Amino acid sequence: MNFDFSDDLKQLRDQARRFLAEQCPPAVVRRSLEGQEQFAAELWREIGKMGWIGAAIPEQYGGAGLGYEGLCVLAEEIGRVVAPVPFASTAYLAAEAIQTAGSDAQRAEFLPRIADGSTIGCFALAEGSGNPTPSSIHAKVIGGRLTGAKWPVADGGIADIAVVVACDEHRQPGLFLADLSGVRRHDLQTLDPTRNHARLDFEAAPVQRLGSGGWGAVQRLLDRAAILLAFEQVGGADACLQMARDYALERYAFGRPIGSFQAIKHKLADMYVALELARSNAYYGAWALGADATDLSLAAATARVSATEAFHLASKENIQTHGGIGFTWAVDCHLFYRRSKQLALTIGSGPFWKDRLVDLLETRNAA
Amino acid sequence: MDFNDTPEEAAFRAEARAFLQANAETKAGARPVLRQSGIDAEGVKRCKAWQAKKADAGFAGLTWPKRYGGREASPILQVIYNQEEEDFVVPRGLYEIGLGMCIPTMMTYAKPEQLDRYVKPALRGEEVWCQLFSEPAGGSDLAALRTRAERDGDDWIINGQKIWTSGAHLSDFGIIVVRTDPNVPKHEGLTFFFLDMKSPGIEIRPIHQMSGARHFNEVFFTDVRVPDSQRLGAVGQGWRVSLTTLMNERLAVGDVQRPDVDDLIELTRKMRIDGKPAIQDGAARERIAEWYAQSQGLKFTRFRTMTALSRGETPGPENSIHKLVNASKLQDIASYGIDLMGANGLVVEDELAEAYAMFQAALLSSPSARIAGGSDEILRNIIAERVLGLPADIRADKGIPFNKVPTGRR
Repeated sequence: MNFDFSDDLKQLRDQARRFLAEQCPPAVVRRSLEGQEQFAAELWREIGKMGWIGAAIPEQYGGAGLGYEGLCVLAEEIGRVVAPVPFASTAYLAAEAIQTAGSDAQRAEFLPRIADGSTIGCFALAEGSGNPTPSSIHAKVIGGRLTGAKWPVADGGIADIAVVVACDEHRQPGLFLADLSGVRRHDLQTLDPTRNHARLDFEAAPVQRLGSGGWGAVQRLLDRAAILLAFEQVGGADACLQMARDYALERYAFGRPIGSFQAIKHKLADMYVALELARSNAYYGAWALGADATDLSLAAATARVSATEAFHLASKENIQTHGGIGFTWAVDCHLFYRRSKQLALTIGSGPFWKDRLVDLLETRNAA
Repeated sequence: MDFNDTPEEAAFRAEARAFLQANAETKAGARPVLRQSGIDAEGVKRCKAWQAKKADAGFAGLTWPKRYGGREASPILQVIYNQEEEDFVVPRGLYEIGLGMCIPTMMTYAKPEQLDRYVKPALRGEEVWCQLFSEPAGGSDLAALRTRAERDGDDWIINGQKIWTSGAHLSDFGIIVVRTDPNVPKHEGLTFFFLDMKSPGIEIRPIHQMSGARHFNEVFFTDVRVPDSQRLGAVGQGWRVSLTTLMNERLAVGDVQRPDVDDLIELTRKMRIDGKPAIQDGAARERIAEWYAQSQGLKFTRFRTMTALSRGETPGPENSIHKLVNASKLQDIASYGIDLMGANGLVVEDELAEAYAMFQAALLSSPSARIAGGSDEILRNIIAERVLGLPADIRADKGIPFNKVPTGRR
């Protein structure tokens, strides 16, 4: 039994944690929150230089070849500091789509530019309200040209390329790759301004097909991204628990630290329990990604359900532990509360993944 | 990452599996064993026979010294054996406390000649041990116990009452913590002994539980004589010895209790909501998904613990998570499953009830799971204080001689 990250990856995690603590303090996150910049471009460049974006991209395409476990470790640290960078959109979605569904030529053309940070990617799935289903896709591609509106698209306002879910001439949904340079788009105000979101209006935009897979290819992409996002959620939840713990030790009421009250202890214990369950499920997801396991989909849905729950609980109870000060703009609790919702809603929200999880259980039990 | 055994672990796993296959029935397809009632005489016989067989084959007390019949194996092998045994129907419920808590405490504090006398018979199941800790006045606040022991020459004389003693009526020996000095603060006045459960002056009365079972007992002590040679640890050091006992509880891997998520899925295929199988109902699916994610989370948390064990690390208080999550999950799954049955959820008759009435059995037994061996609240305190490092609560009894501590009306 060796169910833990290797010493090398733990070292990478420690380095990433130190780097981000220094380069991505709350002040950096707040520049995006308050609209001074769309994202932390300088931090993004540094992350690109260090090879994080291409962690799971094979070396032949300019990646670091650290494998998926490496990307998982980095995702947790990105989540811990609620980094205002298009890491998930670019690394877990755009690069993954090209890597898993694209042709050799497409990989060779796009992956090196993604790996070094010069090309930002996004994933255009949603078309307004509702969770993703094949019938929710109205964008269509005719004669290699895409028409349709996609919103909200995370990092859509800053991306250079988009992986788009659209229907082909036979009305079958699939994955397409679009250059966004000529595409009309505008930023959207959202619950979490620390991540750029936009509406993209494609009007006969030239696109190329990514593979020949239909909805199955879309779902595979969502599964893989769900595991990586679970690590971001675990990182965020861990940060909330640490914040709540530190505050419970330092804040005195009735002549004693509030952390000595059982009401606070039990709240923090519940946050810890949810976090540990989520972490363990995310670890299994990391293994499944690395091993391309047959139960990857079930592992992904399980990790996603746990991590969404853990981050939601931790972010709201962190505010509660802080009391009134936790509700102020100046204190950082709300950065995590916002991000917890952003991560929960992107690529399908809680009910979507719970339903999928039971679908997968039914299939497994029938086998 | 991988889930592979080391060569040594794999060899041991194969050996354990071969032993189990040759000597026990697999669980697959077997009717679930419900611990509705206590162990009867027939059950005791089965437990004893199984334990002797297990000990003779070298699968009991794996981590114990060889001179007492153990293998001096790494704790990981114990976990592997437990995992394998999970797949088989084996008699349980008589030795967990004795071998999991009492004898390990003896091994830390008893004299070598006492170990030579007691350990092997315990390991072979010839002698049963119980643990006499809780009292009417000392449950979660265990150190508030009031049973007295007074020195009389080479003996101590015990008077008082213990409660919630599992298997006391089936036990040959017990370990006990008692108050030897009420004039000092509560943790300082305790002393620890082992004793013969057949000693004159011991009276055992079964407790009729809300589930209908009689698994626990009240144990009354009237002028019970215990030789000073049976003291474990110094006079006044009983609390420290008790902590050794309780630490051993952490490594114990609890039974997977039924009904589990798979049982619930099975039930939701059969029960109907709005004319359709309940498993097609959105609300039912959400709950199944949540409980499944919890179960898997615990399973993989255990894998992480096994990884630490494999590397020679010792699991700490973070292990409290298992019972805390499992006990409530059991109660909630039981209650939800029964709700799906409608009015027939009330019925526990064998031929009429769904799923062998295991949901109903769990509804009535699960409150005990949330209390016994550290209540939910105590486990949360342990996580908060010992894992997260929050300060201990302010105590009204701190530094006060035990006999001056307020006790309310009782």
